[in-house]
Amino acid sequence: MSLITTQLLTKRYPNGVTALSELTVDVEPGVVGLVGANGAGKSTLIKILLGLLPPTSGGVRVLGLDPATDGEQVRARVGYMPEHDCLPPDLVAAEFVTHMARVSGLPRTAARERASEALRHVGLYEERYRQIGGYSTGMKQRVKLAQALVHDPDLLLLDEPTNGLDPAGRDAMLALVMRIGTEFGISVVVCSHLLGEVERICDSLVAIDGGRLLRSDRISAMTTATDVLAVEVGEGTQELAARLAALGLRPEIDPRGLMVPLGGEGTYDVVLGAIADLDLPLHRLDQRRHRVAELFRTEAANV
Amino acid sequence: MSSGVIHDIGYQRYTGPRLGRGYAIRSLYLHGLRTAFGLGRSAKAKIFPWATVGIVAMVAVVLTAVRAQGAPVMSYAEFSVSVALLAILFCAAAAPELVSRDLRGGVLPLYFSRPLRRTDYALAKLAALTSAVWLMLAGPLLLMFVGGVFSVHGPKAVWNEVLDFLPGLGQAAIVAAVYSSLSLLVASLAGRRAVAAALIVAVFVVTAPVVGVLIGIGGPAARQLAFLASPSTVVQATGVWLFDLQGMDIGSYGPVYGLAVVALVTACVLLLLVRYRRVAQ
Repeated sequence: MSLITTQLLTKRYPNGVTALSELTVDVEPGVVGLVGANGAGKSTLIKILLGLLPPTSGGVRVLGLDPATDGEQVRARVGYMPEHDCLPPDLVAAEFVTHMARVSGLPRTAARERASEALRHVGLYEERYRQIGGYSTGMKQRVKLAQALVHDPDLLLLDEPTNGLDPAGRDAMLALVMRIGTEFGISVVVCSHLLGEVERICDSLVAIDGGRLLRSDRISAMTTATDVLAVEVGEGTQELAARLAALGLRPEIDPRGLMVPLGGEGTYDVVLGAIADLDLPLHRLDQRRHRVAELFRTEAANV
Repeated sequence: MSSGVIHDIGYQRYTGPRLGRGYAIRSLYLHGLRTAFGLGRSAKAKIFPWATVGIVAMVAVVLTAVRAQGAPVMSYAEFSVSVALLAILFCAAAAPELVSRDLRGGVLPLYFSRPLRRTDYALAKLAALTSAVWLMLAGPLLLMFVGGVFSVHGPKAVWNEVLDFLPGLGQAAIVAAVYSSLSLLVASLAGRRAVAAALIVAVFVVTAPVVGVLIGIGGPAARQLAFLASPSTVVQATGVWLFDLQGMDIGSYGPVYGLAVVALVTACVLLLLVRYRRVAQ
């Protein structure tokens, strides 16, 4: 079953701003990155998925339900972590998460148990009886994640979960999100404007720009075909390029060296052989993945 | 084997019942009721509500003690009106705790992303505050009633006591409905708790002199209708009409005051719902 499907989804606000324009995507369960610049329409899409905003036109289904009509059922099975501050500073974390579990429909005892569990999973077990106001930014982000996780949703919507975190905190948060997606078996949609960050943890990516779909695909499909071999020689870059071209490869000259598309296992040998023949000083030879960002840059340039 | 071993039992899916929207509303209501009295909060949050409750209870104890010596000082219905100022202070402390805190903290998106509607949130909070105000009046009233029952003799007298007690609860309900709906509406417009508290007190205090001015300069009819100018006197005048409270001349305009109470509460609730339809979208 698809996690999220949208068909020609369009959202126009009363003030004339078009936030989403004929967006059609089909997202499989797993960890999904939703990337786009600020104002691309990510938050609008999340609100529509939660059934908090009605779409202007087009269809949308979340976990097989229509959020526009079955908003309450959808929201009972979805966990949402907003981008901005959303925690009351004068409440104890355990009490707050318990309360949120009850509002999600968990009976009293289950709510208390699962609140402790959720706080343990995000790494706040020891500190759970402290007031939230005394927490660091990283700990607050974890409480936000815990309240989204407490009712054991089938889908987590995380809006910029690494916002305001230092590099170590970002890594820890991303590792946690990946764990939720793999070990816990909960599908996650991670919104981010930092592509490099989410591509590391996602199974698939949905990129939107100006409310339009840029690309939606599995990460593996996006990167395998585009691996390149970066060759850096001390001198004779031109000669080497000519020799490789003659051997049937299509090298491109880059400021830092030659970029040779990696055809198969043989490419290495061909390149090394050519360098040995020409007796050039080899400085560097490494396989490089095209970063997904570059894919989008070329896609956008082609449009 | 050492006892300090930690077993990571991993993540467990929840297979128990998921109760729906009604349960979510009840949970929010109970949480609100606890919040109004500072339960589950820091000691600082308990000081103000319990100080007002304590003073009201003390007044009740004194009245009961005086009553035991002779005739009652005031009826049960009059009690709610006489401690109205404390009810206002209680509202000024509780209403901002209930709604301003959620506004300022940005907590609303967390509620609205759960099986709860915007109107559910507003009405659950209002019900919580109304119940809290009623309880802070009805508790001391019950104390007085128990004292009163022990100071009268014979089943007939006890029955009379009950007949006197029920209007007391009714007047407390009117006070609770008007004060809480007005306070919650005001608090829902201010994110800062101190500002909200000041505004709530202002709404009640600023309007009080208007009543005095109208009585001073108006004709006979204007004098009897002057109490419409302030929410606390509207409540009192309604008590005069329904429960024969003393100390106010409203002539035959009783139903007008009854209507004013209904209109005031309805307007506040509608405005509150409008407010929550727009906020945090």
